[in-house]
Amino acid sequence: MPRINSTDELKKLRQKILSLRDPNKPCISICAGAGCIASGAGEVIVAFNAEIEKQGLKTDVDTKGTGCPGFCERGPIVVIYPEEICYLQVTPEDVPEIVSQTIKEKKVIDRLLYVDQSTGEKAIHESDIPFYKNQERNIIGSNIKIDPKSIEDYLAIGGYAALAKALSGMTAEQVLGEVKKANLRGRGGGGFPAGSKWEGSRNAPEKIKYVIVNADEGDPGAFMDRALLEGNPHSVLEGLIIGAYAIGSHEGYVYVRQEYPLAVENVNIAIKQAEEYGLLGKNILGSGFDFTVKVHQGAGAFVCGESTALMTALEGRAGEPRPKYVRSNVVGLWGRPSVLNNVETWANVPLIINKGADWFTQFGTESSKGTKIFSLVGKITNTGLVEVPMGITLRDIIYKIGGGIPGGKRFKAVQTGGPSGGCIPEELLDLPVGFDELTKAGSMMGSGGMIVMDEDTCMVDVARYFLDFLTDESCGKCVPCREGMRQMLKILTNITQGKGKEGDIELLEELSETAREAALCALGKSSPNPFLSTLKYFRDEYEAHIKEKRCPALSCKELIAYHIDPEKCQACMSCFRKCPSEAIVGGKNLIHIIDQEKCTKCGTCFEVCPPRFRAVTKISGEPVPPPIPEEARTIVRESKQK
Amino acid sequence: MDKERVDQIIEKHNAEASSLIQVLLDIQSENNWLPKEALERVAERLTVPMTRIQHIATFYKAFSLVPKGRHQIHVCMGTACHVRGAPRVLDTVQEMTGIKPGETDLDLKFSLQTVNCLGCCALGPVLEVDGKTHGKMAPSKTAAVLKNCD
Repeated sequence: MPRINSTDELKKLRQKILSLRDPNKPCISICAGAGCIASGAGEVIVAFNAEIEKQGLKTDVDTKGTGCPGFCERGPIVVIYPEEICYLQVTPEDVPEIVSQTIKEKKVIDRLLYVDQSTGEKAIHESDIPFYKNQERNIIGSNIKIDPKSIEDYLAIGGYAALAKALSGMTAEQVLGEVKKANLRGRGGGGFPAGSKWEGSRNAPEKIKYVIVNADEGDPGAFMDRALLEGNPHSVLEGLIIGAYAIGSHEGYVYVRQEYPLAVENVNIAIKQAEEYGLLGKNILGSGFDFTVKVHQGAGAFVCGESTALMTALEGRAGEPRPKYVRSNVVGLWGRPSVLNNVETWANVPLIINKGADWFTQFGTESSKGTKIFSLVGKITNTGLVEVPMGITLRDIIYKIGGGIPGGKRFKAVQTGGPSGGCIPEELLDLPVGFDELTKAGSMMGSGGMIVMDEDTCMVDVARYFLDFLTDESCGKCVPCREGMRQMLKILTNITQGKGKEGDIELLEELSETAREAALCALGKSSPNPFLSTLKYFRDEYEAHIKEKRCPALSCKELIAYHIDPEKCQACMSCFRKCPSEAIVGGKNLIHIIDQEKCTKCGTCFEVCPPRFRAVTKISGEPVPPPIPEEARTIVRESKQK
Repeated sequence: MDKERVDQIIEKHNAEASSLIQVLLDIQSENNWLPKEALERVAERLTVPMTRIQHIATFYKAFSLVPKGRHQIHVCMGTACHVRGAPRVLDTVQEMTGIKPGETDLDLKFSLQTVNCLGCCALGPVLEVDGKTHGKMAPSKTAAVLKNCD
C-alpha cells in the first residue's frame, strides 16, 4: 500500500480506485452488520460465494459484505448492483435462484421483494420502500455502499476528501468556525454544542490535548453508534482527525464497548489501513500534522458512557464519574484538555467540512440542526435504524417510517433517551423531535433510542425496569444515587407485585427530587425521569396497581392470572402439550383447566392457543372463575357422532 | 492459564498500568475467568496494587473471578427486548438450568448472565449462547436452543 503524501496523491489514488471499478459489473452486497449476522447473513454470504463459483461466474460478479442499512427487521438484506434490486429476508436456500435468475437472466424474484402491507405493492429498489423513502440518510446512507473493512471502498465514495480539504485549505480556526456555524450539537444525549466544546479545549493552556470517540453505547434499545462504527468506521475516524486538527490534539482514543465485537474489529482494521496510507501518523497528507489513535475496550459498565467516568476508565481505573466544576474539555484525561464526542457527532464532521455549514443547517429546527439517527424498536412494525431531519414529528417517525404498531394493537407511549429519558404519550405525538422539545416534554433526546410501547406494556413496570437497570449500573460513589435509587426500586417493585400502599407515589416523588438535586453525575440526576414521566402521563396505571391491585396492561406477573374460557376451549391440547410446568389439566375432548397452584405464568398457553379459539385469557384485579364441574367438561363433537 | 501466556498478553499492551483493563479483558476472553495467579502476575508486572485489580474486576461486568461453564448464556434485558418479553425468556432459562444470572451450575455446563442490550433490538427478545445470537425468542424456542447444548 503506497503512503499518500499530499492531497494531490489522494486525488490520484481515488481516481485510480474508481478507474479499476466497473460500475456496470454486477455486485451482490449483503448486509454484514450484527443484526443481519444474527439473522443468518454469514451463511448467506458463504452460500453466494459458493454458488457463484459453482456457476462459473467468479470473475463476472463481485460480492461484498456491507455495513448496516438499518432495516434490521427484514434482514438479511441483499442489494444487487447495478440495478439496485433489494431482496429482504434472504436465506441460503434462495441463493441459487438469485444467482441464476437475477444475476444471469436479469429477472427480479418477486417473492423476495418488499411488499407494502396496506397497498400490496412491491418495491424493487431500496429507495421505493416506505421505510427508507421518508428518511434523510446523510450519515448512515453510505453504510450499504461500502465494505467497512475496505478503505478503498470509503475512498471510492469520496472518503477523506473532507480531511484533505481541512488540512490543505483551511486553518484550524476555520475548521472550528465551520463546526460552530453549523451548530452541531452532541449526538450522545447532552446536546452540548460541539464547537464550543472544541473551542474550550483549543484555548486551554495545556499543550497536550486529547480527542475521544465515545462508542460506549450503553442505552438499552439503542444501536446507532454500533451500526456506524461497524458499517462506516472511516467516517468516524475522518471526523476525529479533523477535530483533532481543529483543537490541536495529536492523540485520540476510541472507547468502544466490548459487547460490540464487530465494531471493535472493524475500527481496528480501519485504523490500521489509515495508518498504512498515511492518513494517520506523522505528517498526514504532507501537512505537517501528526495524529495517532488507540482503541480502548470498555469492560461492561453503563456509567462509563458518562464523559468523566469514561476518561477514568481510559486511565485504567474503575470508571467512576467526578464532579464537573471544571469541564473535561479543560481538565480531562490525565488532567489534560480532552474533547469527547459521540460516534455520530464525529461522523457528522466530514459532512460539515465537505458541504459546508450552510448545507448542514438547512436540515433541522432553530435550535437543533442536521439529521439524527434513531433506533426505532419495541412494538413497531419496521424495526431498525432511521435517520431523519431534526424537527420531524414523532408521529411521522412511528407511523410513516415505522409503519405503526403490529398486530392491530393500540399505541401507548414511546420511550426516548434511554434510562435517563422518559415516556411520551399519544397526545404528544405531534411533538417535533429536537433536543429542547423533548426535554420540555419530560423526556430527552438521549443518544437516539426510541422504544415504542403498545397497550400490553405496563408503564409502572417500565419505570421499575429502568430503575432496576440504573440501580445495577450505579457506580455507588454518591449516596442519592446509590441508596435513593435502591429505595425507589424497592417501592416500585412492591407496586408491581401488588404490595403498593397509599403514600408510595408521594415518597417516590420525594426521593426523585433528592436524586435530581444532589446526585453527582447525569446518571443519578436523571434517574427519576422514567418514573416521573410515566407518573405524569399514566398516573391512573399507578393508582390501579396500588388501589385495585390491578395491572391495566395485564403484564405484571404477580397481578395477573391465566384462565381458559370453558366456552371457547376446543380441547385442541396445544397448551396442554406445551405447558412447561404441567399446570394444564386436560385431555382429548376434555375442556382444559389451568391449575393455578402450579402455573408459573410463563404465558406459553396464551401464545400457543390457536387464534381461531382465543380461549386463554389474562385476568387482573378480579378473582379467577372457579373451574367448571367435571361433568360439564367433556366436549361432544357433532362430526364424531355421525 | 500459564504464566507465559499471561506475560505475552502483558507484553502486547507494553506492560503499561493504564492498559490494566485491556490486559484483564484479554485474559478474560481467552480463559473465561480471571484466576488468582494470573491477577498476581498482572499486579507484579504492571506494578499496580492487588486492591485496584480487585476493584476493577468487581466493578466491570465483563470480568469473572470464578470459573465459567462450558456454555455461556447471555439473555438480553435491553428495553426493546424487555417490552417484547425478555423476562419470560430469562425465566425459562432459569427454570431449565436451575441457575440465576451471574451463576454457574455445579457441572460447569452453563453460565448465565443478563446483558443490557446486545444491539440486535430488531430481533428482540434476543438470547446469545456461546457468542451465537438467537433472535425472536419465546419460552418454547428458548427451551429448544438450550436442549441443543451438550
